[in-house]
Amino acid sequence: MSEYIILSIFLFLGAFIAAAATVVGLLLGYRTKNTKNKMAPYECGMETIGNARIQFKVGYYLFALLFLVFDIEALFLFPVMMNFREIMAGHTALSPVIVIADLAIFMAILVSGLAYAWKKGILKWE
Amino acid sequence: MFVPSITNPVGDFVREMVPRLAEYLPASIQSDTLNSIVAFLVNALICVIAVCAVNIGSAPILIYMERKVCAHVQCRLGPMRLGWHGTIQTIADVLKMLFKEVYAPSGADKLMFYLAPLIVLIAPFIVCALIPFGRDLVVADVSMGIPLIIAVNGFGVLGILLGGWSSNNKYSLLGALRSGAQMISYEISFTMILLFVVMISGSTNLMSITLGQEGTISDWWIFKIPVLGIIAFILFFISSTAEMNRAPFDIAEAEQELTGGYHTEYNGTPFAMFYLAEYIALVTNSALATTCFLGGFLPPCIGVAFVDNYLNMVPGVVWFFAKVFFMIWCYMMVRWTFVRPRVDQLMDFEWKFLLPVNLVLLIAGAAYIVVCG
Repeated sequence: MSEYIILSIFLFLGAFIAAAATVVGLLLGYRTKNTKNKMAPYECGMETIGNARIQFKVGYYLFALLFLVFDIEALFLFPVMMNFREIMAGHTALSPVIVIADLAIFMAILVSGLAYAWKKGILKWE
Repeated sequence: MFVPSITNPVGDFVREMVPRLAEYLPASIQSDTLNSIVAFLVNALICVIAVCAVNIGSAPILIYMERKVCAHVQCRLGPMRLGWHGTIQTIADVLKMLFKEVYAPSGADKLMFYLAPLIVLIAPFIVCALIPFGRDLVVADVSMGIPLIIAVNGFGVLGILLGGWSSNNKYSLLGALRSGAQMISYEISFTMILLFVVMISGSTNLMSITLGQEGTISDWWIFKIPVLGIIAFILFFISSTAEMNRAPFDIAEAEQELTGGYHTEYNGTPFAMFYLAEYIALVTNSALATTCFLGGFLPPCIGVAFVDNYLNMVPGVVWFFAKVFFMIWCYMMVRWTFVRPRVDQLMDFEWKFLLPVNLVLLIAGAAYIVVCG
């Protein structure tokens, strides 16, 4: 329990250091007048056309969805993998054969999902 | 009332000292609960200072090291003017950075713009708190170490996406989206390799993963499982390089295409924070590789008692940092010798090569455990 209290301190530590550095930069920093040219976004030297928050291609979104599937899958596998050696040695109440069969079904669904996405051309970057 | 504890010699020393010092207080406010809380706070403060020192202190050293490695790879000398062989060059750079103007460009979302560097720095500090630096030197020895590291690593992507989106610059937006796509893709293989390590070590606690490698060099996870360990290590190396957005996988900030990527619009100390986060991530990833594959703080014993006695005399922290710096040196050499792939090649490499190889590796590891026990 106390370990997690320490970690919660560390959760704010990095943010605190960055905030302190930003404040120091704002205080110590050299200042010039805010002219239009200075405040303009750094692009090609030409005047910027329009806003930068434009519509963007959906490809990134599909990768994010795929990521979600595989990451959660990995998290589900953690408890099994942690005790995998114990289960295989027969130290637990679970039967090794059933565990392996379960894992195989689980992996097969995943792999078929990946194969489906591959075939659909989602993995192709344009 | 639970009694907070930190398991390391410093923590024990503090716990011993606090009741002695408390005797000087008036008797009415003396209590064991107060003592344990004060001891806990003092211990937490020591941990915070130590981790800050490791993290912030290592960044200038690494920047200097990177410049020298890069220079010598390219047959140059690198920084030579300030101090002996340019040793205080980075300190001068930090000072310069402090006096730079901090401002957000017009049209930027100011709140998000200043929030992004804060979020980027959260993850490396937590990971650093979880790594065992020595037999008794770990800030938080939690049982769910590896899942926690995976969870916390996600913060980095958030900060980068926020920074790129908020600065109202098309280069920034492109860089942020690219690095978002890249980081989440490679996070899968990163997670899978850690899953492999968890499977062969049978624990998610980083201390017991390290202690499971006790013995000679051949007991380290990289060598203990024949062939598979080395493949896993190489895959870890590749995916962590991409996780950190380091060259050759630095398409997020490829200078020739996107100027600075997500931090194009940042200057002064907020920019320095992005830079710092990148270098701390280098340390934490190397530390993770060291812990999971290279025996952590254990000395590289070779099984000959005469040599091993001498190796065991060196403290674990020294071995740990020697291995970490070796890993960092490898990352740097890779950065300065390989060319950068295109975006589509990078994504193809992850989804069509690394991920299937990872799945096969997991199955092979499971088969190894079933057959050899």
